[in-house]
Amino acid sequence: MREELLAVIEKNSRIDLKELAVILGVQEIDVVNELQALEDEGVICGYHTLINWEKTSLDKVTALIEVRVTPQRGQGFDNVAERIYRYPEVRSVYLISGGFDLMVILEGKTLREVSSFVSDKLAPLEQVLSTATHFILKKYKDHGTIFIQKPEDEREMITP
Amino acid sequence: MRNPLADKVVEIKPSGIRKFFDIVSEMKDAISLGVGEPDFDTPWHIRDEGIYSLERGRTFYTSNAGLKELRQEICNYMKRKNNIEYDWAKEVLITVGGSEAIDMGLRAMINPGEEVLIPQPSYVSYEPCAILAGATPVIIDLKEENEFRLTAQELEDAITDKTKVLILPFPNNPTGAIMERKDLEAIAEVILKHDIFVISDEIYAELSYKEKHVSIASLPGMQERTILINGFSKAYAMTGWRLGYACGPAAIIGQMTKIHQFAIMCAPTTSQYAAVEALKNGDSDIEEMRVAYNQRRRYLMNAFREMGLQCFEPYGAFYVFPYIGEFGMTSDEFAQRFLEEERVAVVPGTAFGDSGEGFVRISYAYSLENLKVAIGRLERFINKLRAEKG
Repeated sequence: MREELLAVIEKNSRIDLKELAVILGVQEIDVVNELQALEDEGVICGYHTLINWEKTSLDKVTALIEVRVTPQRGQGFDNVAERIYRYPEVRSVYLISGGFDLMVILEGKTLREVSSFVSDKLAPLEQVLSTATHFILKKYKDHGTIFIQKPEDEREMITP
Repeated sequence: MRNPLADKVVEIKPSGIRKFFDIVSEMKDAISLGVGEPDFDTPWHIRDEGIYSLERGRTFYTSNAGLKELRQEICNYMKRKNNIEYDWAKEVLITVGGSEAIDMGLRAMINPGEEVLIPQPSYVSYEPCAILAGATPVIIDLKEENEFRLTAQELEDAITDKTKVLILPFPNNPTGAIMERKDLEAIAEVILKHDIFVISDEIYAELSYKEKHVSIASLPGMQERTILINGFSKAYAMTGWRLGYACGPAAIIGQMTKIHQFAIMCAPTTSQYAAVEALKNGDSDIEEMRVAYNQRRRYLMNAFREMGLQCFEPYGAFYVFPYIGEFGMTSDEFAQRFLEEERVAVVPGTAFGDSGEGFVRISYAYSLENLKVAIGRLERFINKLRAEKG
């Protein structure tokens, strides 16, 4: 049940427990217990809402920043990663294979705010060798969800 | 002027599903639970292969029986899923949907006056195709008390010395019924005893929610007398690509291929290239869709239980077949009033044979959100009917 449960709530974390139990074909108490276990084990780390901010009046700027760093003896990348992910405006930090080391996703209110974060906080870090900042212009798809309105049911009537 | 029409064709009555669909398409805010095709789009990697084949200029006919690579992949699939071995060169025919395979199979096997056994309720094409092939259709009425499975006794009772072919439509449209191994073993015994043949329509094989689907062709002695029909429409959500296939003994497939080559030439080339990709890399897509259908199936069965609507638990396809006899009206009347009063279209069970009387077909090839709205309306409707009855 675990994988199927996760797949369902990954798409809809607001689904109620009774319905979840019905569609998974198990008892509600089992769902409750499994969710608790998943939370305790840190498999479920939070319940978030996917928002298309472009449709609101709030201005938000998202940037992907490629960061090249010098790994530290005995620490690898973990230490410098932590220095970066501690900042609340940093949304995600990934260690990446290939031409650079860390992928930092940053959210700010304005371009200026993002660029000053990079120049004032990120770039001056001792282990950071270089940064390349890419601003996101438009989100087409996020977390597996396409942000464009889907057309209505286009299936035509056919017999048999 | 002389009558330009063939009596045999004129006498065939049009499909009963049509009538409701015509009303639905005129009606605003109507919800249809009548559609018999997946609500998913064809998985992108499969569409992409179709597009790529066009870019490469693969716009010619394929061989009559279909692309060699596709027939080989079908053989791999049959081995993988059913543990049946077919010779790709002689025992596989690619058709324009599973429906063409039904037509070709009947035409290749039937002499005038021979009987074709058709269990009903079932897909609406079997009977007309049998008639057009010159057969005498013999209907076997399946029963809800048997979960709409075909029993050995029912089969035995229907067989005469004219019986040639049994059509075996499981997992079933419209009932959602399946045949498990034990059920198939029981009827296989009767089939072998009377030396008849089987056209097994397994188009919904991948949509089985209990044990894995078992093909009758995999039982001892059955492969040599079974035409196994499957296709891409339901499993891979590829209805519009029009692609199916038949596997069976070389002698029958050879004759089917002959008719197919004169009537159709070959199945669409673009679809065939896409289908190769589907068979090679599509198992996880099937699984994903199967899981989603199964969730909806459970949702509907639970909703029926809660509103006290009688429905046997179906384990296949994407249909449920609730019993509406308690309201004292025919399937047709129920469907008509449900559409008029609540603007939800379901298909009366009688569209699939007389034995569908008292039932309606509800398709769950719709998102859970859609189903929830429709179920809300169904509940309101049956509460009203119960109040009317007092």
